[in-house]
Amino acid sequence: MSKPHAIIVGAGFTGVATAHDLALRGFDVTVIERGDICNGTSGRTHGLLHCGGRYAVKDQESAIECIDENTLLRKIVPQAIEPNGGLFIALDDSDLAYGEAFIDGCEACHIPLEQLTPQQALRLEPNINPRLLTAFLIPDGTFDPLRLALSFAANAKKNGARFRTYTEAKGLIMDGTGRVTGVRILDRQSNKAEELRGDILVNATGAWAGEIAEMAGADVPVKPTPGVMVAYDQRFVQRAINRLNKPGDGDIVLPQRRMVVVGTTSFEIDDLDYVPVLDDHVDLMLERGAELIPAIRNARIRGKYMATRPLISSGSGRSAARTFKCYDHKETHNVEGFVTITGGKATTLRAMAEKTADVVCEKLGLNAPCQTKEVPLVSYRQYYALPN
Amino acid sequence: MSQNKWKITLKIHRQKEAEAPHFDEFALDVDPDEYVLDAVERVWAFMDRTVCFRHACHHSTCGACGMRVNGVEKLTCITYIRDVTQDGGTLKVEPLRNFPVISDLAVDMGSLYSRLDTVGARSVLPVTQAEAEKKPADWPAGDEQYIRLADCIECGLCISACPSAATSSDYLGPAVLAGAQANGLKRNPELLGLVDTEDGLWRCHSAFECTAVCPSFVDPARRIMDLRKQVFVERFSRVFRRS
Repeated sequence: MSKPHAIIVGAGFTGVATAHDLALRGFDVTVIERGDICNGTSGRTHGLLHCGGRYAVKDQESAIECIDENTLLRKIVPQAIEPNGGLFIALDDSDLAYGEAFIDGCEACHIPLEQLTPQQALRLEPNINPRLLTAFLIPDGTFDPLRLALSFAANAKKNGARFRTYTEAKGLIMDGTGRVTGVRILDRQSNKAEELRGDILVNATGAWAGEIAEMAGADVPVKPTPGVMVAYDQRFVQRAINRLNKPGDGDIVLPQRRMVVVGTTSFEIDDLDYVPVLDDHVDLMLERGAELIPAIRNARIRGKYMATRPLISSGSGRSAARTFKCYDHKETHNVEGFVTITGGKATTLRAMAEKTADVVCEKLGLNAPCQTKEVPLVSYRQYYALPN
Repeated sequence: MSQNKWKITLKIHRQKEAEAPHFDEFALDVDPDEYVLDAVERVWAFMDRTVCFRHACHHSTCGACGMRVNGVEKLTCITYIRDVTQDGGTLKVEPLRNFPVISDLAVDMGSLYSRLDTVGARSVLPVTQAEAEKKPADWPAGDEQYIRLADCIECGLCISACPSAATSSDYLGPAVLAGAQANGLKRNPELLGLVDTEDGLWRCHSAFECTAVCPSFVDPARRIMDLRKQVFVERFSRVFRRS
C-alpha cells in the first residue's frame, strides 16, 4: 500500500512539528505556506521556553504541558535553545502574597523551583531591580523562533516531507459526500494555480485557523489576540526575568542575542493580516520592563513588533486557557478528511503535533506510534541544504 | 513615535519565474518611525498579495528580512524609514545580491547555511558557552561586544555586500569565515583545509564591506584577519609536528 498523503496548511511551529511527526510515522507529507517558514505568529513570538511557572496558579493544564515539553525540547533541539533558566521576582506586597500560591502551583505541576534571597538573585543577575523582595529560580529558557521551526522542518524534510513556501491555500476541494480531498493553491513564485490531492488535510494556521476552516463550511472557536513586544539594544540579563504575580502586561523580560525583549500586551482585532504596533503599548512595555530592569530606561529601542496569539476562546484575553485543541471536523461539522490544530504555545509545539498526528492516524485507521520524544533533530540549516 | 505622516514611493524589485525583473511602485502614507519591513508588509496586506519577501522575528534575532534598501544592505525589521528616505522621497527595495532570487525580494540562502554547517558555526549558545569565546589579544580594550559570535544571525548581508563574493560563487564568504575563526583552528585543525584555500580566506581583499553592513556587530572582516594569523600558526605547528 502506498503511503497516505497528508497536506498541512501552515508552516508555523504547529505545522512544521506536525510535518516532522507525520513524516516519522511514515506519511507522505506536503506543507503549504503562503509566506516563508514562520512568517506569522511563530516567528514573532517572545521566545520564552516556558517552564510553566507563568501558568502554575490559574492554568495548571498548560503549566504541566510547558514543564514536560520544556524538558523534552532541551534534549531534542538544544541547537535552538539558550537553557539559561529564569527568575520570578517580587517587588511589592502583592507579589509576595502571590508567591504563596506560586510555590503551591509549581509543586502541583512538578516545576522545580529554588527560592533565593535578594542578594543571591542580584549576584546571578546584577541588572534586576535591586529593591526586589524575593526571587525564585526556575527552569525557563529562551529559544530562537526561526531556528526552532527550521529544526523541525529540516527533520521533516530529511524524512521526505516537501515544503511549498510562498504557496497560498485558495480553497478546499470537496467531493459529493462532504469529504475534503485536496486544496486549491496559488504558487506565488510563479503566480500559477494548481490543485493538490491528499488523504487528510491538517489546518495548522494558528490565529488564521478560522479562515481555512470556513473554506470547508466549518468553524473553530479561535480568538486571535495580538500582543506588542519591544526589543532594547543591550543584553542586561542572561535569564528570563518574570514578575511574580498573575499574568499581566509586560511581565516578562528575555535576553536574546545582544538584546532584551519586553512583552507583552493583549488586545483584540478584526484584520489579521496587518496589525499595527500601538504606541501606547510600546510605552507601557518601557514602564513595566523598567520595573523589572531599571537600566532599560537608558537603552535604545532596537525593534518594536507584535504577534497574534491563537487563543481558544473559552475566556477572553488573559483569562483564556493557553492549552491547545485538535478538532476532527467529522465530529464538529460532519466534514471528513479535515482536522484543525490550534491554541497552545510555542513551548508545546511538539505535543500539539503528537496530538494532531494521533487524531490523523486514528481517522485513517493506522497504528503508528509517535516517535518525536526520542528523535534528536538534525541541524536547522539542513532545511535549506536538503532537496525539496 | 512621530505624529506626522510621510508620503513615500516604495519601489519594489519584482521577479517571478520566467518574467523579466522590473520595479513596481507603490504610493504609501507612512509614519517615519515605522520600519522598512512594515511598509513592505503593508503593500502585501493591502495592495498586492503577490509580493514575496522573507521575514520572521521582526526584531533582528532571526536574520530573515535582509534586503538592499536604496542600494545598501539592511535588516529591514530594524531600519527606520526616517533613516533611509524623507517625506516625498523614494524607497527602493531589492533582494540581496550573490544569492539566487526565489521570487521578488526573497532569495535562496542555502549556500550560506550549508557552508556555516561545514565550519561548525553555532548560532544559539547557552550563556556558559557564549562567554567562553575569547577575543584575540590584539583587539582593542572595550570591544567586549565582539565576544559573542553567537550574535551572528545568518542574515547574509555580508555576503551581499562583499565585492569578492560577487567574483566567485564558491567563495565561502565573510559569515562562514567568521564562524571558522570563532571555532578556532587550534581546536578544529580540520578546518585548515577548508579555509586555507583560494575560495576560502585568500579570496578576501579586505574591503571591510561585511563589517560595515553587519547588523549584529559581529565584525567579520576583523575575524578574517585574525583567521589568517591562525592559519600561519597552524601551518608552522604542522611543520614542527612533522620534524
